Amino acid sequence: MKSSVITFPGSNCDRDMDVALKKFGFKNKMVWHNDAELPKSDLVVLPGGFSYGDYLRCGSMASKTKIMKSVVNFANSGGIVMGICNGFQILVETGLVPGVLLRNKYLEFICKNVFVKIINNNNAFFKNIDIEVLEFHIAHNEGNYFCTNDQLKEIEDNEQIAINYCDKNGNTEEQFNPNGSIKNIAGIFNKQKNVLGMMPHPERMIDPFLSGEDGSLFFSNLINNLK
Amino acid sequence: MKISVIITLKKEVLDPQGKIIQQTLDGMGFNNINEVRQGKYFEINTKENDPHKAKDQVEVMCKKLLANLVIEDYKIIDVQ
Amino acid sequence: MIVNEQVAIDHGLKKEEYIKICELLKRTPNITELGIFSAMWNEHCSYKSSRLHLKKLPTKGKQVIQGPGENAGVVDIGDNDAIVFKIESHNHPSFIEPYQGAATGVGGIMRDIFTMGARPIANLNSLHFGSPQNKKTKNLLRGVVHGIGGYGNCMGVPTIAGQTNFDSSYNGNILVNAMTLGLVKKDKIFYSKAAGLNKPVIYVGSKTGRDGIHGASMASASFDEKIEEKKPTVQVGDPFTEKLLLEACLELMAGDSIIAIQDMGAAGLTSSSIEMASKGNLGIEINLNKVPCRETKMTPYEIMLSESQERMLIVLEKGKEEKAKKIFDKWNLDFAIIGKTTNSKKIELFFDNKQVTDIPINTLVENSPMYDRKWKKAKLPKKNKIKKEDLKNLKIMDVLKKVLSNPNVCSKEWIWRQYDHTVMGDTIQKPGGDSGVVRVHGSDKAVAASVDSSAVYCWAHPLTGGKQVVCESFRNLISVGAEPIAITNCLNFGSPENEDNMGEFVECVQGIGEAAKYLKFPVVSGNVSFYNQTKEVGIKPTPSIGGVGLIKDYKKMITMDFKEVDNIVLVIGKTEGHIDQSLFARNILDEKNGPPPEVNLFNEKNNGETLLKLIDAGHIKSAHDVSIGGIITAVAKMCIKGNKGINLKKPKYLINEIEYYFAEDQGRYIIEVSNDRLKKVADILNKNAVHYDELGTINDGQLFINEKSKITIDELKTSNTNWLKDYMNK
Repeated sequence: MKSSVITFPGSNCDRDMDVALKKFGFKNKMVWHNDAELPKSDLVVLPGGFSYGDYLRCGSMASKTKIMKSVVNFANSGGIVMGICNGFQILVETGLVPGVLLRNKYLEFICKNVFVKIINNNNAFFKNIDIEVLEFHIAHNEGNYFCTNDQLKEIEDNEQIAINYCDKNGNTEEQFNPNGSIKNIAGIFNKQKNVLGMMPHPERMIDPFLSGEDGSLFFSNLINNLK
Repeated sequence: MKISVIITLKKEVLDPQGKIIQQTLDGMGFNNINEVRQGKYFEINTKENDPHKAKDQVEVMCKKLLANLVIEDYKIIDVQ
Repeated sequence: MIVNEQVAIDHGLKKEEYIKICELLKRTPNITELGIFSAMWNEHCSYKSSRLHLKKLPTKGKQVIQGPGENAGVVDIGDNDAIVFKIESHNHPSFIEPYQGAATGVGGIMRDIFTMGARPIANLNSLHFGSPQNKKTKNLLRGVVHGIGGYGNCMGVPTIAGQTNFDSSYNGNILVNAMTLGLVKKDKIFYSKAAGLNKPVIYVGSKTGRDGIHGASMASASFDEKIEEKKPTVQVGDPFTEKLLLEACLELMAGDSIIAIQDMGAAGLTSSSIEMASKGNLGIEINLNKVPCRETKMTPYEIMLSESQERMLIVLEKGKEEKAKKIFDKWNLDFAIIGKTTNSKKIELFFDNKQVTDIPINTLVENSPMYDRKWKKAKLPKKNKIKKEDLKNLKIMDVLKKVLSNPNVCSKEWIWRQYDHTVMGDTIQKPGGDSGVVRVHGSDKAVAASVDSSAVYCWAHPLTGGKQVVCESFRNLISVGAEPIAITNCLNFGSPENEDNMGEFVECVQGIGEAAKYLKFPVVSGNVSFYNQTKEVGIKPTPSIGGVGLIKDYKKMITMDFKEVDNIVLVIGKTEGHIDQSLFARNILDEKNGPPPEVNLFNEKNNGETLLKLIDAGHIKSAHDVSIGGIITAVAKMCIKGNKGINLKKPKYLINEIEYYFAEDQGRYIIEVSNDRLKKVADILNKNAVHYDELGTINDGQLFINEKSKITIDELKTSNTNWLKDYMNK
């Protein structure tokens, strides 16, 4: 399986993602934002970080780079695209997934483990994961997902919600929401479910000595699903 | 009264955001831009009815909280 | 502008210094030259009050590759890997503009690290704020924490440890000390020593603006009441540009184009160009019209003294200019050939086709002033007699709760949650433990780092305090299973022109030196920050010590959380019951006098090394050093972290429980051992003549003392975690 990780100026989880993808069997290539062409890929990842310093709005300037035109074409033709954290913010700015990501409700950067509940597993990302709740890790300042009521209805009708913040038993009350996201949303799909944007960093959960191992579960499942 | 204030980085202070916005605009084909500076805009709604007093009050707010005069300038642009 | 004595004094120079400059030049300097002298000769760059004493610090060791004198220290960690590290202060700017001051402090120290070719792998910080009741404290704390996070998070370097203390002596002068560790291949370390004639001098990074002109001079002047009107000298940080600069520099460093490289920190282009030339025993010629400027009509004086951030100066091999330019173009950074190395041994600056500076470099460096300031020796305070009846009325659990919620003991999670501590995927011990630990990427090794200070002990007796803080750093590394390698120090003191403050400096440095020498824990880098005072009152003497250690097999790393019910808990090291200057004495008894706990270097070394052996042999389940708050505070924190309880037995000696549990004797650790290893551990401790007491047995949820008093772990947790959160959200 071939994957591509896009490096924007200011990306800083690109290496971590490269390490994770390779660990679980992907042949990964790093792709520079100024390149026009995507290499042939089964998966394209927009990594976390602070592309363009998060200046103006997070992800806004990365969404205008050359490579993003190719990523949009790739996604529109059914290619699997995943945006993590800043990558999610870039996806939102390109319009590949609906909504926006606002500053965290308590106005503070948050770095900690959270639990997320898989809402829709009928897709390449979560199919065959047989547990409902995953322990993931977040590290962001702007992860407060917001959309209009009409958009929300559409998202729900199309089953575009991927994961919601919850407690370890899968309860999705407001108190388990770290950043004020509408409906505890931590990740969403596009309509076709081939594009996933999410705030948590599975690449930081691939080793028992790190924050946990649910990222390992996620990646090993993902590569199997794509085969 | 409603008082509108704009706070910007002082002219001589580096504005990292403005600089990158300009570069991006340039990349998008807007090639004739000399400089972009980014600022903050506040609308303060006060119970004070005297425009002079209201303006003075906001001036103090700017000095004490809204702006850090070490690096920022403020400008009251509207009182109504 | 005409230069005269008054202009020199306005630049922070003393009258005698100005006379010396004129003598050395055999003429009156012009304004640009005066600016250069004032920058090079101020305390921050010249170390004129401290040099004499810093010389006494031990700086060599078998693992030391580079000691003080470069951008940062370098130590060998085997397999051609080396760690580059340093701590630096950004105190005064952080008080004036907490967000930008702290942010640029973090940016500056990271540049010192990657200048040497190392990729930064961990950040730490040591913060001291005024009393929580001081009305400025909360905003300063919030601003500083946001600033550190804003810069470090954006750079993608994890912030893995730190400390935050409160004391009214910092009310008008907070301390923000930032430390960074970087990883480099031993054969790819870059230095600031220029070599060869006619080599191109290259400017890279951000453009130069009128930022922080004379920031280094500000760092060397004390705060008076008007400080907040003292405008200009705070810079705005641009972490995004720094991230690009990091990647571009490392990309260029992968080749063989660079002869020397130096970041433009304090005193910007002035100190960087002069240092490179001085170290290479060369001259340097710069055409200031070639320097990329952000603003129009900048004068030579402004260009030379600007402290705009995110800039580097490079001496390149001839013929590599195009290749280097390509890299910086790719990262969208300025690149300009601004001059060359010469054999004149002078700094020669040109502007608009005129020579504007002509100064022999030795006058700026070797001939810079060095002072043997007057200082007063501190007496060891007399011991207090603590009345036993004062202790009798105290309920131990109430005292424990108070101690755990004390601002200087309580959990700092509110702070470190705002720092990305997991990016780079190698953080195996997060903030909140004894040391932060990151793996050496792709290997079995890990590096531990901690940062410590004990201003109260240093204030009570500087010599003892200086020793103690080095020992504390040593213990924090050992507690996670790391072998201590070397330290970096950030020496924050009051005015060197005040005999008491200077005495504190001299004796703290002596203490640091003695301990570092004995423990084979050399000082490889650091910085001195004087004039930390408001009006005439200096801060408590506050040396911050950053320690670095190596864990050869990261799977053997130890954490402080209690692991298993029924395991046995021991305290290593003798408890004498030293209460003076303890948190207990100062905050519960309100007794602020008396000597700090004695430091016995033999015991420190012996106890520490023995514990390392035990850890290496796999006998230890958890460990934690005993510091402020004594045994019971250490044990309570281990309970909280592990969500376990403990049955503490009645101590065998020191009849008074309060003295036993809250004393701050040095050289002690709490360790957890399983029953089947207990005998083996006891044998090893006895064989090495290490004193230990058995404290008790781990249970699943409450802390009992002597089967009488008890408290739930949830209650302990609440006391420990709520104070800061509540304080910040009030």
